[in-house]
Amino acid sequence: MRSWIVLVVVTALTAALPLAGNNYLLRLATITCMYAVLAQSWNFIGGLAGYPSFATAAFFGLGAYVSAILQVHGLPSVAAWGCAGLIAMLFAAFIGGAILHLRGHYFAIATLVVAEMLREIVNTTPHFTGGGMGLNLPIMRMSVGAQAQFFLFAMLGLSFLCTATAILVQRSKLGFGLRCIQQNEDAANVLGINTYAYKTAAFSLSGVFVGMAGAIYANWTNYIDPPDVFDVLLAIKPLVMVMLGGLGTIFGPAIGALILIAFEEFVWRNFLTIHAAALGFIIVVLILFLPNGIVPLLRERVARRGASP
Amino acid sequence: MSALLELEDVTRRFGGLNAVEGVSFSVAQGEIVGLIGPNGAGKTTLIDVITGVHPASSGRVRFDGQDITHRRPHQIARLGLARTFQIVQPFPKMTVLENAAAGALFSGAASSVHDAYAAARQQLEFTGLADLTDRPAATLTLARRKRLELAKSLAMKPRLLMLDEVNAGLNAAEIAGALELIREIANLGVTIIVIEHLMRVVLSISHRLVVLHHGQLIAQGPPHQVVSDRRVIEAYLGSKYAAADRGPAS
Repeated sequence: MRSWIVLVVVTALTAALPLAGNNYLLRLATITCMYAVLAQSWNFIGGLAGYPSFATAAFFGLGAYVSAILQVHGLPSVAAWGCAGLIAMLFAAFIGGAILHLRGHYFAIATLVVAEMLREIVNTTPHFTGGGMGLNLPIMRMSVGAQAQFFLFAMLGLSFLCTATAILVQRSKLGFGLRCIQQNEDAANVLGINTYAYKTAAFSLSGVFVGMAGAIYANWTNYIDPPDVFDVLLAIKPLVMVMLGGLGTIFGPAIGALILIAFEEFVWRNFLTIHAAALGFIIVVLILFLPNGIVPLLRERVARRGASP
Repeated sequence: MSALLELEDVTRRFGGLNAVEGVSFSVAQGEIVGLIGPNGAGKTTLIDVITGVHPASSGRVRFDGQDITHRRPHQIARLGLARTFQIVQPFPKMTVLENAAAGALFSGAASSVHDAYAAARQQLEFTGLADLTDRPAATLTLARRKRLELAKSLAMKPRLLMLDEVNAGLNAAEIAGALELIREIANLGVTIIVIEHLMRVVLSISHRLVVLHHGQLIAQGPPHQVVSDRRVIEAYLGSKYAAADRGPAS
């Protein structure tokens, strides 16, 4: 119940931002919502099931391209976003069926290849996808200010949907089973968990919202090309965000996204030349000082305070 | 008595090694069968074959009349075959209650997460872990983790329970407690296969013994008859001792 209240309040506050902020602030909020979706999605497979996936970039790029191509052929934007999510989910289920028997590093490497594979497919089919030239999307007939609001609401809506799904999953049999798999997959299997089906479900969940985020992003920027939407950073940043916020928690991914985006923006504005090093620095600090993330740390603090007289 | 579990000429190969070779035996409803043999005899592999973790390379495994030879582990678990592991396999960061509830939930014994917790509490009560429900499983002592394995398996409402060395590493007092528990489980009508190295333990609870050596079944029958079997003594103590003990071969 408490999770739902937090979710609704935070969503409402974010939705009120256009009243106070300028377009710069709205852009930041939209980016944060987008990364919250990516991080939350990664949490299904990486946090709950314990499978370190780098396929986020693949789902993102796939969603962006599916939606862009459908819109070029005349489909309305929102319908194209839905299709992008569906295709990303089916693609995840299909790829998951092929690689989810791999564990640990082997799984991570296999997922890393998926985005590269898609990128090459796009590059080699220029008639269909624009290839290396990229793809222009139909222009939206809206003022700049209206667009900024529209995309904030779209990304915010998606992150609400994604977090709501996370809350439902965590409390369900699926979430329970995934935590068992993360802790001890063989023991989970002999208890009666169809580990293959559970992992595939988690991987599909980690694809669907990312595909839609990619689709919305494509409309937002009006133009996509392979290096942009299959960027490996799209796979790495969500992972860092979840580790920062708290693996397997409900609000950890969103908190991690907010902190990382804020930090990046700060570094970007003040120390442009070391921007790239900053991400590496955060990863090192994380591993050394915050292996469990912020949410579990806070929870521990609260529990300790509650326990002491 | 009808056979609950039947093995027919079961062989399991790992590369060139026959870990289990041509083993046939059956377990009747309500029986406690002791599965014994020297280290490396293939006891744990046989359990892995029955539970589908390492399916048989040839031969048949039947449970309650159904052929389960090539079923997947989770399907076999849902039919009511539960096992404990020689090296305990809890979900370390989950609480004791969650561990037990997982057994109830995924075996199909409980229909909802809520029911699973209720069933788990009951089994924790039965195995004497009721005070520890909220502790992470990793913080328990070995004896208690073994009890937790039992609680987890029992929460699955098994018809056949396979206990792989539940007493290894326990002290005498803990073993006495564990034996008492196994007898109580048997009284509930659960059929049990016990793998055990401690002869005193096996002899005191088994109705029947099955002996493996180098992957082959070398003897089976009532406990006291089996332990005086020449091949069994040979397997455990060497041929010299067998000859000295029994005099010239008959």
